[in-house]
Amino acid sequence: MKFGIVRFPGSCDDIDALQAATRVGEAVLLWHGDHDLQGVDAVIVPGGFSYGDYLRAGAIARFAPVMAQVEEFAREGGLVLGICNGFQVLSEAHLLPGALLPNVSLKFVFRQVELEVVRGGTPFTGASVSGARLSIPVKHTTGRFYAPEPDLDRLEAAGQVLLRYAPGHNPNGSLRDIAGVCNEAGNVFGLMPHPEHAVDPLSGSADGLTIFESMRAHVEQHVLA
Amino acid sequence: MSSSTSSLESRHRQLGLTDDEYARILDRLGRTPGDVELAMLSLMWSEHCGYKHSKRLLRRLPTEGPHLLLGPGENAGAVDVGGGLAVAFKVESHNHPSAVEPFQGAATGVGGILRDVFAVGARPIAVLDSLRFGEPSESARSRYLLERAVAGIGFYGNSIGVPTVGGEIYFESSYEANCLVNAMCLGLAPHERLIRSAAAGAGNVVVLLGALTGRDGIGGASVLASAELGDGDEAKRPSVQIGDPFTEKKLLECCLELLDRGLLVSLQDLGAAGLTSAVSEMAARGGVGITLDLCQIPLREPDMEPFEIMVSESQERMLCVARPECVGELLAVCEHWEVLATTIGCVTEGDSLSVLHRGSAVAEVPVSVLVDDCPLYDLEPSPAPSDLYDAPIAVLSGSEPPAEILLALLRSPNLASRRPVFEQYDPIVQSRTVRRPDEADAAVLMLPDGSAIAVSIDGNGRRVACDPRRGAAEAVYECAANLACVGAEPLGLTNCLNFGNPEKPHVAWQLVEAVEGLAEACESLGVPVVGGNVSLYNEAPSGPIFPTPVVGMVGKLPHASAAGRLGFARDGDAIALVGPFSPSLVGSELSKLRGEAPVGELPDADPRAIRVVHEAVRARIRAGSFRSAHDVAEGGVGCALAECCVAGGLGASVRLPRGIDAFAEAPGRAFIVSGPREALAG
Repeated sequence: MKFGIVRFPGSCDDIDALQAATRVGEAVLLWHGDHDLQGVDAVIVPGGFSYGDYLRAGAIARFAPVMAQVEEFAREGGLVLGICNGFQVLSEAHLLPGALLPNVSLKFVFRQVELEVVRGGTPFTGASVSGARLSIPVKHTTGRFYAPEPDLDRLEAAGQVLLRYAPGHNPNGSLRDIAGVCNEAGNVFGLMPHPEHAVDPLSGSADGLTIFESMRAHVEQHVLA
Repeated sequence: MSSSTSSLESRHRQLGLTDDEYARILDRLGRTPGDVELAMLSLMWSEHCGYKHSKRLLRRLPTEGPHLLLGPGENAGAVDVGGGLAVAFKVESHNHPSAVEPFQGAATGVGGILRDVFAVGARPIAVLDSLRFGEPSESARSRYLLERAVAGIGFYGNSIGVPTVGGEIYFESSYEANCLVNAMCLGLAPHERLIRSAAAGAGNVVVLLGALTGRDGIGGASVLASAELGDGDEAKRPSVQIGDPFTEKKLLECCLELLDRGLLVSLQDLGAAGLTSAVSEMAARGGVGITLDLCQIPLREPDMEPFEIMVSESQERMLCVARPECVGELLAVCEHWEVLATTIGCVTEGDSLSVLHRGSAVAEVPVSVLVDDCPLYDLEPSPAPSDLYDAPIAVLSGSEPPAEILLALLRSPNLASRRPVFEQYDPIVQSRTVRRPDEADAAVLMLPDGSAIAVSIDGNGRRVACDPRRGAAEAVYECAANLACVGAEPLGLTNCLNFGNPEKPHVAWQLVEAVEGLAEACESLGVPVVGGNVSLYNEAPSGPIFPTPVVGMVGKLPHASAAGRLGFARDGDAIALVGPFSPSLVGSELSKLRGEAPVGELPDADPRAIRVVHEAVRARIRAGSFRSAHDVAEGGVGCALAECCVAGGLGASVRLPRGIDAFAEAPGRAFIVSGPREALAG
């Protein structure tokens, strides 16, 4: 099982994602200018910043050469995880529904938040169960999940909302407390919290590991098997 | 004399040089300096670059220690942390830019200190900030400065991916006109990647890396522009630089890769006084000359004057020296990281800094004149009058019941929770952070072998205003106490001396006394000063700021997993007050709330007893026999206990030792610890 972590100029949680993925499998960095995914089994678009994000977060990165390959990989059913800035990039690339708007506070927020697993058993939550609580930090300025009301209804009905901020833990004003959503096919998932920063009890929590473990299990059972 | 010469003579005053200093320049050069030369000399001989009023004094600070790898004089100091790794660190001020434009001033303060650290080959792994503003309740401007400075720090640190792990904020009316923004950075490097800034090897090339050179941040020289060289409008441009963390992130990754590949002879950041300072320092430390061709330098604006190019403080630039045969690979690495790299000169034999522009020399100055001949002044100290600082507005009468006083202290600006501030900073990127803000008295960062480093930054100007010598020493003791609380042993410290005008005898006295206090405390704890910064002339017509030495200390602990916490951990644990503690209300937060001016003698400190208790707390935290430790600082034992309760989510029932006022202070000497009753008995 090999994870590929995309590295844009200015990425800063790329090594963190690499180290977290390495806890459950192999992991390599994928340079933004390359057209080669190096045969990875799953792609992680990491958090941090891409190209400075002086425009709208993720707006430039979606046009990076490597993103064409990521989009093709996703179309073919490959697992793609977008964390924070990666979620913003995937949403700019229309691989995920909705949009991420500036936080209600208009400020950067770092906070350890409680999440609820809305739907277990998916490629990204298979190692967890519906209703489970995860303690994972958020850190972002532009993380308020938005979609028009009918779209939100559709997303919920289709089971695309995988993670929600627990009551009282919504740090940014996301509609319906949505913290993470997947695409219709279920193989592309984006979340604002940083599971790669919750993989070691020493640094606060190991609850984020469940995302990486779920991905590994899914790939091993459905792709590599 | 020609008319141009006489106008040049009056120009030296506009550039901040005295008549005596100008005479010294004429004497050393043996001729009249040209425009570019005078601009360069005025900057190199400024207080900021030349440390004219502080250099002699700073020699008093101890700079030797068993763990020291790089000492004062390099871009950042460094200590050995074991496992073949070094930690480089430094604190620096960006006070005046932040008072003019707090967001960019604070942001570029962070950007600058990061460059200092990766200039020695270390990857920046943590930032801390020490901030001072006027009273938020009295001043809308202070609230604005606070909000924007915090946003600027977060913008730069968060974007570049370096965690902001700690800091401190104080509010006092003496900082109303002169806010303080001090930023500290720590970096990590394998020993073999540490690099000095000394240029070497005649024939080696000088390469400029990073951003374009523009007219931003032309400091003292903007006066020159408006005075003689025409174009008054450009002199009125904001002199605060604009930060670009994205460019610096690429520059950082690029420089570290260049060093890992062994492609550089030396590396230097461009900070205050831009190219002038960087080239002078590199040449002086290497005992070589350097020739620059200004026509090679990529400019943001094509018509820049030579002096503007030489003094521009455009951000996100580095200067390196490389062997000619390495330049091809060097440029390829820069291209990969999308970093602009341009050969702009070469190293020469001899002692001359030569600057060429369109084929002719616009400056030809001995490096020794630029760097070594800067005059050094002795201070003329005289004790500060007791009415130097106004008494604050009283919010307590002093006769309130203790519970009311406790609540008043806990909601006072200097003691209230810093959560609204630190929630705007990313403290965890790079995955080393084991203790975040509010979890422990010092930030703790894990190293690859499972050990950890700890860092804290401290400095209470109110107490230094009362008693500069003891107040400054307390900053060192408090920093060391914070490290002890997480189980760390101090390895070295950096300091930033923020003071008023040193030419005034009472400020000179504060400075001399404070440096003496710092030196005594460092000697007694055996902690060397690895480097630092001096920020003088922090004065308004109403008077100087509180004398504010800020101390940043780095320590080491063997096991990250044993790092201490400040919050009470378990219901039923015993609580103890330990340490040589004879606190008083002089200089305390309570005295401030009662409207008392900062005067009086601070409690004496017994350095030996302090060292003993620090060692004891450290050992028991490491052994796990103390489950929490917190040093008793502002607000005394009462507030320290409240902080332990809040952090741990537990209450406490205590009886104070006889004779100890609940709110009296003596920072750095005593701790609130908790643990099993038998563990606390010893």
